[in-house]
Amino acid sequence: MADLETFRAETRAWLEDNCPPEMREPVRGDEDQCWGGRKFTFQSEAQKVWLERMAEKGWTAPMWPSEYGGGGLSAGEAKVLQQEMSRINARPPLSSFGIWMLGPALLKFGTEAQKKEHLPPIVRGEIRWCQGYSEPGAGSDLAGLQTKAVDKGDHFIINGQKVWTSYADKADWIFCLVRTDPDAPKHKGISFVLFDMDQPGVEARPIKLISGSSPFCETYFSDARAEKKNLVYEQNKGWDVAKYLLGHEREMISGMGLGGGGKGQTLPEVALAAIGEEDDGRLRDPLMRAEIAMFEVRAAAYRAQAERFADEWKAGKANPAQPSMMKYYGTELNKRRNELVMAAGGTDALEWESEESNGGKKARDWLRSKGNSIEGGTSEVQLNIISKRILELPAA
Amino acid sequence: MALYLTEDQEMLRDSAEGFVREKAPVAHMRKLRDGDDKTGYDPALWKDFAEMGFSSILMSEDDGGLGLGHVEAGVVLEEVGKNLTPSPLLSTGIAAVAALKEGGAHHREKWFPKIAAGDAVAALAIDETAKHDPAMTRMSAERSGNGFKLSGRKQFVVHGHVADLLIVAARTGGSAGETDGITLFAVEKGAAKMSADARRLTDASLASVVEFDGVEVDADAVIGEVDQGWGPLSAMLAAGRAGASAEMLGVGQGAADISYTYLKERTQFGVPIGSFQALQHRAAHLYAELEVARAAVLKAQQLLDEQPDGTKAYRAVHVAKAMTGWTTTLAVQEGVQFHAGVGMTDEYDIGLYMKRGRVLSELFGDANYHANLLARESGY
Ligand SMILES: Cc1cc2nc3c(=O)[nH]c(=O)nc-3n(C[C@H](O)[C@H](O)[C@H](O)COP(=O)(O)OP(=O)(O)OC[C@H]3O[C@@H](n4cnc5c(N)ncnc54)[C@H](O)[C@@H]3O)c2cc1C
Repeated sequence: MADLETFRAETRAWLEDNCPPEMREPVRGDEDQCWGGRKFTFQSEAQKVWLERMAEKGWTAPMWPSEYGGGGLSAGEAKVLQQEMSRINARPPLSSFGIWMLGPALLKFGTEAQKKEHLPPIVRGEIRWCQGYSEPGAGSDLAGLQTKAVDKGDHFIINGQKVWTSYADKADWIFCLVRTDPDAPKHKGISFVLFDMDQPGVEARPIKLISGSSPFCETYFSDARAEKKNLVYEQNKGWDVAKYLLGHEREMISGMGLGGGGKGQTLPEVALAAIGEEDDGRLRDPLMRAEIAMFEVRAAAYRAQAERFADEWKAGKANPAQPSMMKYYGTELNKRRNELVMAAGGTDALEWESEESNGGKKARDWLRSKGNSIEGGTSEVQLNIISKRILELPAA
Repeated sequence: MALYLTEDQEMLRDSAEGFVREKAPVAHMRKLRDGDDKTGYDPALWKDFAEMGFSSILMSEDDGGLGLGHVEAGVVLEEVGKNLTPSPLLSTGIAAVAALKEGGAHHREKWFPKIAAGDAVAALAIDETAKHDPAMTRMSAERSGNGFKLSGRKQFVVHGHVADLLIVAARTGGSAGETDGITLFAVEKGAAKMSADARRLTDASLASVVEFDGVEVDADAVIGEVDQGWGPLSAMLAAGRAGASAEMLGVGQGAADISYTYLKERTQFGVPIGSFQALQHRAAHLYAELEVARAAVLKAQQLLDEQPDGTKAYRAVHVAKAMTGWTTTLAVQEGVQFHAGVGMTDEYDIGLYMKRGRVLSELFGDANYHANLLARESGY
């Protein structure tokens, strides 16, 4: 405990010295997020410096072993770091599928050479990754995927199509599920491979979403090449890696329920500004007030659960399927929050472009939030997993 | 501090779990009920609880207690909830002790040894109307001689008809709605002009309407300061609410556990009903709500242990009580529906969980009360 307090003091001092003031401003939107990668242009010098300083300490991936560039922190230290960062509203230095998804899978399943090659550039934000799982015919039934990889000795040749590949057009590398044995039962013929997207056989076409932006793509492979040394875990055992990674993806998405983490307007603030208050300070619309009050209780309870889950997860005490529960609850909560923001915001919240509306942020966030309970496996799929793996209810 | 039970707390849970399940399972509650018990609990069991240290769990070691906190108290109360055990633990060992800790040493010296030994039971005389709202206290405490004269009517006084000690909130100043002017009193059993009328509630427990018709008490009956009772009252209610949340979580978890088992055992259409996705999803949703409620309860308990009278802790207690109120209501409703016909029978336990959950939802304020207070404190 005493050690943790020393660590807290040192961390606080270091952050005070090293976190640029601009990086303590609330994140306004996607453009304020730092994703790194070969194609990334930093929005400001402060953003760049902040990433470099944090990466230098390995604090973009605080709990990864330091030999792979990580921070080598214990669970307790990582919690302190996070508390100290939120104390000064520090922005996350790096948003990264490499950190949230691929890294944990490589740490568990990768060879020493794979870890040495791929983890440090992730920590430093030099390589940006995307996730090639879903296909037009394989969504919830992910194991039904058809993208084919033919074994050519030291490499694979890949043909097929992925869809909903978030940021495929901006990513440098892809972690991809491919079918290496078409004759085996569907879960047993899948492999997990990594390859560079910067090659002639890979094409990413952005898809426009209801929120107006195009964060995800259709991704086509025609004779794309993946080196054998970038096959993670054994050939035809990719499903194990895929599932493990999904646990981490769900854990990450479950953070949505915390309201994005930014210190933007709270739901009561949105409502007070739009609806006004009675003489005693109560929100003028009593039914809206009740809905918000009930929501806020759940949100506070979920914040506690997020803390509890993170502590249990890091200590190895959580049920392995618990990320499904977190993902389900957190995303449904976030959708509810956005519905309430829209209802409280009234006609102001309908705006799509004006500067006052910050480019229609409320409406766009509301629409984007609908994807939360779809991406990373739908809510219904999470409920299936909870019934089967946690409650051990009989199969249908 | 990590938001899960420490090893010591897990050990306590394991021993409380085994102890309560063996000594006072649901059958124990049924036996008292079916024997038309008029006490409201089993005194021998209360002695056993005391021997385990449960009744003195919150007392400091100097005061002869275990010197533990709200997390540990909750660990025990959850087991009480799971087994629907009628017990004065919450009113006596948790809430009253929390109030007396805020009072003078003479209160502790007088009551702690008896409570620790399982020889005394305490009851809380707070509510005056059908809905909990302590700031609306109207009962009067007029100065009289060296002490006060209490007049008024209290209701939902759990264990009120047998309590050795009543903790009573009354007004020495101010008016209904104000927190200033409330004073907290320790009133002893058998005080003249005090009468308790025990009423049987839906869950077979007993709660009294207590009439105070000019009950005289000495000045040293005051807990804390005159007119400043809101402080100790809040400490008592925070402990009581956190404890009630833990007990209610136990009721919800108990109901859910019974139901998950039933889903696996009952067959229709030649398959276990738990294989129907319509039920699976409802069961999984219930699981998620219970996990979130559990975190809210643990958070409140940890904060109470860290900063007993901090706003942060009190806010977390509001969250815990509201969240467990909803969640346990969901658990018992789903439980009865999953059981269908047999869920409506007195023979099956699930209905008893529904009744106990309803009573605990009201105790120390329901979900609306707490959600509303949180909203007020958040400025809307
Ligand atoms: C914003 C966003 C980002 C995404 N990013 C990526 C990415 O980067 N990489 C990637 O690979 N994929 C990504 N996805 C794809 C996502 O994983 C899939 O959309 C998701 O798995 C669902 O597949 P589907 O859309 O084909 O729906 P379907 O599987 O067709 O589902 C349709 C409906 O049927 C229900 N359903 C299906 N099966 C069952 C069942 N067994 N029991 C009960 N109900 C069922 C579903 O819950 C849903 O309501 C993203 C999706 C979104 C929305």
